[in-house]
Amino acid sequence: MTTAVKANRVKQRMVVSRLLQALPILVLATFIVFSLMQLIPGDVAVTLAGENASAERIAQIREAYGLNQPFLAQYGDWLWRAAQGDLGASLLSGEPVAQTIARTFPNTLLIAFYAVLLSVLVGVPLGILAATRAGSPLDSGIMGAASLGVAVPNFWFGMILVLYLALTFKWFPATGFVSPREDFSAALWYATLPALALCTNGVAEIARQLRSSLVEIQSSQHVRTLHAKGLSPARILWKHGLKNVSVNLLTVVGLLFNKILAATVVVEAVFAIPGVGSSIVNAVLQGDFPVVQGAVLAMVVTVILVNLFTDLACTVLDPRISEA
Amino acid sequence: MAQHTERPRPAQDTPLLSVENLSISFAHPGGETAITRDVSFTVAAGERLGVVGESGCGKSVTGLALLGLLPATARVRGAIHFQGEDLSRLPASRLRRLRGSEISMIFQEPMSALDPVFTIGEQLTETLRSHRKVSRKEARERAIEALAEVGIPSPAQRLNDYPYQFSGGMRQRVMIAMALICRPKLVIADEPTTALDVTVQAQIIDLLREISDSTGTALLFITHDLGVVAETCSRLLTMYAGEVVESAPVDSVLYRPRHPYSSGLLCSLPGLSERGQRLPSIAGRVPAPDRMPRGCRFQARCPHATEGCEQPQPLQPLTDHRLARCWRSAELTLPGAVTP
Ligand SMILES: Nc1ncnc2c1ncn2[C@@H]1O[C@H](COP(=O)(O)OP(=O)(O)OP(=O)(O)O)[C@@H](O)[C@H]1O
Ligand code: SF4
Ligand SMILES: [Mg+2]
Repeated sequence: MTTAVKANRVKQRMVVSRLLQALPILVLATFIVFSLMQLIPGDVAVTLAGENASAERIAQIREAYGLNQPFLAQYGDWLWRAAQGDLGASLLSGEPVAQTIARTFPNTLLIAFYAVLLSVLVGVPLGILAATRAGSPLDSGIMGAASLGVAVPNFWFGMILVLYLALTFKWFPATGFVSPREDFSAALWYATLPALALCTNGVAEIARQLRSSLVEIQSSQHVRTLHAKGLSPARILWKHGLKNVSVNLLTVVGLLFNKILAATVVVEAVFAIPGVGSSIVNAVLQGDFPVVQGAVLAMVVTVILVNLFTDLACTVLDPRISEA
Repeated sequence: MAQHTERPRPAQDTPLLSVENLSISFAHPGGETAITRDVSFTVAAGERLGVVGESGCGKSVTGLALLGLLPATARVRGAIHFQGEDLSRLPASRLRRLRGSEISMIFQEPMSALDPVFTIGEQLTETLRSHRKVSRKEARERAIEALAEVGIPSPAQRLNDYPYQFSGGMRQRVMIAMALICRPKLVIADEPTTALDVTVQAQIIDLLREISDSTGTALLFITHDLGVVAETCSRLLTMYAGEVVESAPVDSVLYRPRHPYSSGLLCSLPGLSERGQRLPSIAGRVPAPDRMPRGCRFQARCPHATEGCEQPQPLQPLTDHRLARCWRSAELTLPGAVTP
């Protein structure tokens, strides 16, 4: 068997085992969310019944929506249906949850991927710049800014951006959103400020990690061999240095995606974006558990897929991983 | 008008490499630490020169300095003439064209000296293609030949393998193939077998000697193993505390060393026929770089030290193309290795 075929087998096996491992995580995540929902004060039946409803009416509604069932029964019911592809409908609006997700998730994914892209586009050059001038004032400047960038919360930076870029200079719209499914370029336009707000941590994180791994690799023995072979410093950096740190970088980007996806919840609230994050927040406040469950499921599935993809990309980039 | 574009050709008897008064120090916040002082030696075309000396005496830094591979904190003084050019004064780009092409280096650690994320085929062809105008296909063929030459079985298949798929000895063979792929005039081998098993060590040493014989490549062989020097090299350079203390043809120095330090190394050897021996230890310690005596650096450990040894000791020419850094070398009769 050739090495390539062997490597492919290894990759296939890895994908299957990863997907199987993901199942319990999905169940656990939805179960935790479901349990937490029970702790939220307020009663969705009261909301549904409207103002001044009688106790009888509320009890009826409870009955109709299965809200009087024991906690585990409710969860089991949800899980059973979800396994068959039925995520239920919103208790309040009656909109099927799948439809809510289809409506809101592209918006969330757009700002999340946009933010990851910006982090990479800005963070990678900064990291390389700092690494190639390690110890210089430029390096200290970049690293100082990066330390700050890691520490500053996204929403705070978002506020500042809105204040300057939107309200003062009027370069970007302050709030609102266009769905990427309707008009992609307009959607990008509206998503720019939220993505900028989301990417500060990412830029800082990527620049720092890339610099440190590049500096480390530059002083490694195999890079000394490359110098001894007569390669130019540029070739050593761009060909060997970057490929050597790419696995590390990809791992950082994968983790960053998870962080950014979680942070969209806050940033969507700041910019009034109709994304999954805001639907989760609203649904939680109103006790609309099918929506919460469905949205969380969508988030978790996305995170699992992105992690799987990063792991696969790592095995392509680093021949040693498929051996393990 | 005639243009003088040709480089000065070395005369027939000029050595391939001639190092003159090479002094290396490292700058640090508190000042500068001198590591080697006035190291001079020559390597003729095709010659194999062994360099021995206690750990820390500056063998590796000297080897690295020849190729300009020391870190930026290093200060290098002196001249390194190679084929009529002073390497220490060459612009970086010109020096780069010599590295891996005219002068190659083999390092001690084969496990970490190759790039883990590229196939060895890529690493071999890259070396060739950065110095010679050859097509991809041709480079591949040359890489296969190079692997075959260093005794790697089924070289065409191994080309697609990554370093982690090779054993230590096989990796060192790959390193040797890579060092030789451009047919350099000089290979600097810095303890190329120290990290390997004893049986593999012997194979690698034999391989280096055979290749040097068949291709006429000169070898600067840094080692701890005097047995290897005896078998492989024609001349021996003994270093002590950053200085060359003796330079002599191997045949004569092994049995008649002219410097007490060389003698100390040789006469405590169990037998030259045994390979894989580390340098024997001699009682006492090397003075710290900042506490070097003004006179002979070996005096604190020398059994023959007398009044007069506190004077600076120049490297003195003796008969038979030999040099020794000891004013008493003419009067002393020093023991060498036990005759086998
Ligand atoms: N980059 C560096 N900065 C400062 N000092 C260094 C550096 N590299 C080497 N040295 C010092 O130079 C001295 C000589 O080192 P070198 O590696 O040349 O010794 P060596 O003779 O090769 O020893 P060994 O037999 O152990 O390989 C050592 O004292 C070492 O600490
Ligand atoms: S100069 Fe004196 S101390 Fe130094 S090696 Fe010769 S005899 Fe020994
Ligand atoms: Mg060394």
